[in-house]
Amino acid sequence: MGTIVSPLPGIFYRKPGPGKPPFANEGDTIEVGQTLGIVEIMKQFTEIQSDVAGVLESFEVAEGDMVNPGDPIVVVREG
Amino acid sequence: MAFEIKNPGLATTVQDQGRTGYYNVGIPQSGSMDQYSAELGNGLVGNRPGDAVLECTYLGPVLVTDAEAVIAITGAPVEVKVNGEAKPQWTRLHLAAGDELSFGVIQGGTRYYIAVQGGIDVPEVLGSRSTYTLGGIGGLNGRKLEAGDLVPVGSARGDLPSVETLPESFRPSFAKEQSVRIVLGLYDHRLTDAGKDNLLNGEWKVTPVADRMGLRYSGPGVEWKEREQPFGAGSDPSNIVDAGYAVGSIQIPGGTQPIILHRDAVSGGGYAMVATVISADMDLVARAAPGTVTTFVAVSQDEAIVARKERAEQKSKAWESLGAKP
Repeated sequence: MGTIVSPLPGIFYRKPGPGKPPFANEGDTIEVGQTLGIVEIMKQFTEIQSDVAGVLESFEVAEGDMVNPGDPIVVVREG
Repeated sequence: MAFEIKNPGLATTVQDQGRTGYYNVGIPQSGSMDQYSAELGNGLVGNRPGDAVLECTYLGPVLVTDAEAVIAITGAPVEVKVNGEAKPQWTRLHLAAGDELSFGVIQGGTRYYIAVQGGIDVPEVLGSRSTYTLGGIGGLNGRKLEAGDLVPVGSARGDLPSVETLPESFRPSFAKEQSVRIVLGLYDHRLTDAGKDNLLNGEWKVTPVADRMGLRYSGPGVEWKEREQPFGAGSDPSNIVDAGYAVGSIQIPGGTQPIILHRDAVSGGGYAMVATVISADMDLVARAAPGTVTTFVAVSQDEAIVARKERAEQKSKAWESLGAKP
């Protein structure tokens, strides 16, 4: 299992904008460097990218929740 | 010599002790948010207290030095890496030409500082190298760093201090709970007793809406006294006729979420300032990450002045511990 953590605090979003489809969903095949969500802080959006390849197992944070640095965001089953 | 920026991080800017003397014409002081950490970084690399450093917010940069450099990383706890190898903070580090500096995930607080012997050598604007991004002045082209930037570094002007690590006892803490001292006024008389009680006895939490301009807190809210709003003031009881703001002053728009103004704040406006954070605690406020639980403690102006003196003495002792003079 690979856990993708947030490197910064802020508000987590799964979508690039309102009304748009999520970057990724549970069960999707994920590649290294793929964007899985964004974290908003100081009016800036930072993309959260996967550093492993595999299948997206689960989101550990809900849309619009606050995250802190080091908080797990996504679990990826590697392979 | 210069640092080449490979990845700029979230909001990396050049800062020094600030640009004072122009707040009356709307130019805020800017400067390192955590002055203590920035200044002691300079101490570790043989600089003067007012030399410019790089302020890194949450996500630091990846940079490569084009010549030998003596650096120190101070401020918020973070993993420091030179060519991928972990290095300590609050300690002098020697880089060779071509070495890459990068950072891991921040472990607490908000900002860490890269001090380099010789200082960051951008031109002074109105007497300071500090970046004021909203006004587009100071720093490197008036903005935060971008990939590909070459950040000029000055030449060393003195000897390195005899001690290469700041003792633990002189390093600030980056806790998730803070007690921040404030002086009430000018408009605390506009709060009801219950409102004042909430301000001073409530628990307030830093929201993610926090940057160099100010920090917004969530909590129990406050109540204002009813009044007929004077001519020129907005309709909400938290509004006043426009007035100058003090650095560190606390407004509570609508009575819900207090905002502490910090070093890039606007210099005036139409919100009642119920209190002002004492100058000795402004670095502490700057270290507050989102989620930090905060209580506000009222002190007198005399106590604030004593605290300022104590803070200056503490800083002098920290410089002495390095075998250096501020």
